[in-house]
Amino acid sequence: MKKEEIPQDKSTLENFTKEVYYVKGKEGRYETGLSKGWSVKAEAQDSAWDDIHNDLEEARLAVKNGKKSPIFYYMKKELMDEAILASYVGMMKFRVKRHFKPWVFKRLKQSALKKYASVFKISVEELKSFEG
Amino acid sequence: MQTNYTHTQSAHCENGVITNFIRSYGHDFMTEPLAFGLGSGLFYIHLPFIKVNGLPAFAFRTMPGLIFKRTCRSLKIDVESKRFRKSEKAQDYLDNLLQQDKLVGCQVGVYNLSYFPKEYRFHFNAHNLIVYGKDGNDYLVSDPVMETVTKLSVEDMNTVRFAKGVYAPHGHLYYVNDIGEISKEDIKKGIIKGIKRNVRDMLHVPGPITGVSGIRYTAKKVKGWRDKLGPRRAGQYLGQIIRMQEEIGTGGGGFRFIYAAFLEQAAGYFDSDDLLSISDDFTKAGDMWRESAMLMAGALRGRASEQSDYDKMHDLLNDISEVEKVAFKRLSKLKLK
Repeated sequence: MKKEEIPQDKSTLENFTKEVYYVKGKEGRYETGLSKGWSVKAEAQDSAWDDIHNDLEEARLAVKNGKKSPIFYYMKKELMDEAILASYVGMMKFRVKRHFKPWVFKRLKQSALKKYASVFKISVEELKSFEG
Repeated sequence: MQTNYTHTQSAHCENGVITNFIRSYGHDFMTEPLAFGLGSGLFYIHLPFIKVNGLPAFAFRTMPGLIFKRTCRSLKIDVESKRFRKSEKAQDYLDNLLQQDKLVGCQVGVYNLSYFPKEYRFHFNAHNLIVYGKDGNDYLVSDPVMETVTKLSVEDMNTVRFAKGVYAPHGHLYYVNDIGEISKEDIKKGIIKGIKRNVRDMLHVPGPITGVSGIRYTAKKVKGWRDKLGPRRAGQYLGQIIRMQEEIGTGGGGFRFIYAAFLEQAAGYFDSDDLLSISDDFTKAGDMWRESAMLMAGALRGRASEQSDYDKMHDLLNDISEVEKVAFKRLSKLKLK
């Protein structure tokens, strides 16, 4: 890639940083150049975020329809999976998965709820009262 | 605190930390491509079963931490590294080092990295930055991918150093004890070793999923994705490749341009026209990877998502595999002295 070919497309890097590219300069030797972003990458990123938002919307509906507990929704909201959430709350993965069941969630002890709420950066009340 | 610290931006965080470390000792020869090449950074692997957010994993560089380890070893740099159970201990240790005017590298998770834009904040825990001082409740941070230096509060720093999940840092920090004299001979030896090891990683790892055969493997898979997964899911897989290949830190073209720049610099050390010409091969490979990303984006967004478009990707990836295979074979035959 030549220096003048560095893409300068609008991207989420705006107001944050520009990224370094290694490109061929005028003399045919390598130098660095800065890029604001590349539309190709922005498309991949946008579409990944679309998927995340769709996934979150499905999780919300699952809570609303009584299929999943609020923990499941907030896990998705924090872009976590069961393994990441389990390591943050310090529980085994299978226990975390059990807590996705609404009827198990209803009987959860305050201490467990507190752990989850603090990882999700919300209050225990907010966690308990989330209805989708 | 290092008041005269000079921040150099780099494409990739790990290369950037090494480069800044070594340059801070007055070794101006150190550059990001050199660090990448000494650490045999170029790689390819397609992990069909490891799912990142439900998608297969692709990597265009070697495992996190390896480049750092190899480069320091080959230049005989004495590095100390430590992990912790408790964040209080980790903080004390860091503060103590800063009081001794040390530059300290820290492994962090990016999810809670407050100066990153939201769109980049996933649970990725193998990011690296340098702490070069403390000002009241703020750490002075030199993040290699940022244009300028930045700050992180003590609380934020403790959070990102103790991020959880895959590659959890456990407060991992590292610093240079000492860097001795580095002669031109040392660098040349390091380059030879770095190239040899990279030839091995790209040509001779057994199994179909790594190195140039890994690229071929992806080509074959890509061709079948549309039928097997449907256009939507196939698009998600392609998006994953684009992001791993071009995301911030790769220098463009899945690290191929950085590697080409390394070979160009190596050519200077050995006065070798062959190295220059092989450098051009990698420039070509990088350009082809960029072209492939454009095709993939077209399929992902539905502009060009027919089977014939997937066939084009298949052919192009095979061509890339061939170009890189030839280039590495040429490297393996070089007699550098």
